[in-house]
Amino acid sequence: MIEVANLTHRYGERTALSNVTFEVAQGEIFGLLGPNGGGKSTLFRILSTMMAPSEGRAVIGGCDVVRDRAAVRRQVGVVFQTQSLDKALTVEENLRAQGHLHGLSGALLRERMEHAMTPLGLEDRRKDVVEKLSGGLRRRVEIAKALLHRPPVLLMDEASTGLDPAARRDLTRHIERLRDQEGVTILLTTHVLEEADRCNRLALLHQGQIVTEGSPQALCARIGGDVVVLEAEDAKALAGSIEQRFGLRASQVDGQVRVEIENGHRFIAEVVEAFPGAIQSVGLHKPTLEDVFVRETGAQIE
Amino acid sequence: MSSCAKRGRRLSSFVLPAATLWQRELVRFWRQKSRVLGVVASPLVFWLLIGSGSNDLARYYSGALVLTVMFSAIFSTISIIEDRREGFLLSMMVSPAPRTSLVLGKILGSATLAWIQGLIFLCFAPLAGVRIGVLELIPVALAILLISFTLTGLGFVIAWRMESTAGFHAIMNLLLVPMWMVSGSLFPMATAHGWVRWLMWANPLTYSIALLNHTLALPNAQPGAAASLLVTLAFGLVLLAASGIMAAQKSTHSTA
Repeated sequence: MIEVANLTHRYGERTALSNVTFEVAQGEIFGLLGPNGGGKSTLFRILSTMMAPSEGRAVIGGCDVVRDRAAVRRQVGVVFQTQSLDKALTVEENLRAQGHLHGLSGALLRERMEHAMTPLGLEDRRKDVVEKLSGGLRRRVEIAKALLHRPPVLLMDEASTGLDPAARRDLTRHIERLRDQEGVTILLTTHVLEEADRCNRLALLHQGQIVTEGSPQALCARIGGDVVVLEAEDAKALAGSIEQRFGLRASQVDGQVRVEIENGHRFIAEVVEAFPGAIQSVGLHKPTLEDVFVRETGAQIE
Repeated sequence: MSSCAKRGRRLSSFVLPAATLWQRELVRFWRQKSRVLGVVASPLVFWLLIGSGSNDLARYYSGALVLTVMFSAIFSTISIIEDRREGFLLSMMVSPAPRTSLVLGKILGSATLAWIQGLIFLCFAPLAGVRIGVLELIPVALAILLISFTLTGLGFVIAWRMESTAGFHAIMNLLLVPMWMVSGSLFPMATAHGWVRWLMWANPLTYSIALLNHTLALPNAQPGAAASLLVTLAFGLVLLAASGIMAAQKSTHSTA
């Protein structure tokens, strides 16, 4: 449904995207996970036809985002990171204006509005001025607005920004319903791990490049075993000593030493024994997306 | 793929977006009625102070009316800058509606608001000693409408490319307000000295003020009626065309 091939974008001297290639199948939720400044927003702008890439191409539903811009716009719904609602207007007025922008009017528009509002639980709020709505509700109105012209593809940029965990889970539930019941293909950018965990597939974007991609489970399974996290006064020295003594790879990020190992509990006993006093805290967990990110990029995500 | 084929543009896909934007401006205005006060109040105070102090309210009336229209037009178009970064304009940019239709709707809406506020200012005309009959009201209202379009076009041309509102304030103080000062609003062309006189002659706003003075039968109606009308009309058309051309240009870099 979405094909991105060798996409590169430069802002003057700075390269924001470098040779990015991936594909998104129809009916899946695809996540672009990465820290802010990693190139997610640039990619999002190109896919939503707001700007043309320096090199490479992107195709949505068979239409090129540069050459067939108008056709792409009919096929995608876009949810921005910042608010795109008119705060002085009501929910209904916002939706109606959006419908008009897409050439919808009359009975068809009314039907589409109902169809967009009802599943998102907005029908009781239709007369409310947007300014008075909570952040979570506003997000839902944004989604309803993006779906008004029934696009087969939904693009969402950091859609959960500023939402509390409950509203965030609620948002995820709505997105999954869209995929399951309407077959909508969803591409979202995020730096929130819980959100990334719910995607069908993920691409990790770091410094403008895709470092790895796959389903969250497959990505985590690559690590295998456990992750042991040690905190130490001098993390660098500890990492060096561990590598020497145990012959393991110990990465060191932000004052923490991370070791990927089978049977982590045994390693903990050994390592604490080996370096008494050097370790301030010890943690053990099953691999998460954060571990995948650290492993692939050597950097923290947030 | 066939779905990528360019669709023939139906009239409704042009008219509907423009109409909805126009309506949006009016609804917003109606919900924020305090805006009227903000726009009409300061020209009114300026006018009453300068006019009463010099005991000549009539001389400064047209200038104050044009200032009202200018403030309204500029405040409406300034919203484009913020709207584009965070607001309604974002989703407009990724909708299939033609840019020219969006620009037309925005300008129509802003100009209508400027016109309404100009008409509100017209209610103070009796203070300037102007008596307007119902029939004379028509040319006056049309003149104000024309000036509203002109100044909205001017505001749009300036705002469209600007990144921040901070830059707009500089332009307001260094270009728009000086332009208003040498338009016959404060002193007539006949008494102006040296190079300022040439500035006034070249300033399109001079013709707008003269047009109002003609239709309101106020003194200092110079240049003549036909020249005033033609120059104001031409200025407005040039700005509208420029707005359309600027908005239709493809953006290759960030639009945010």
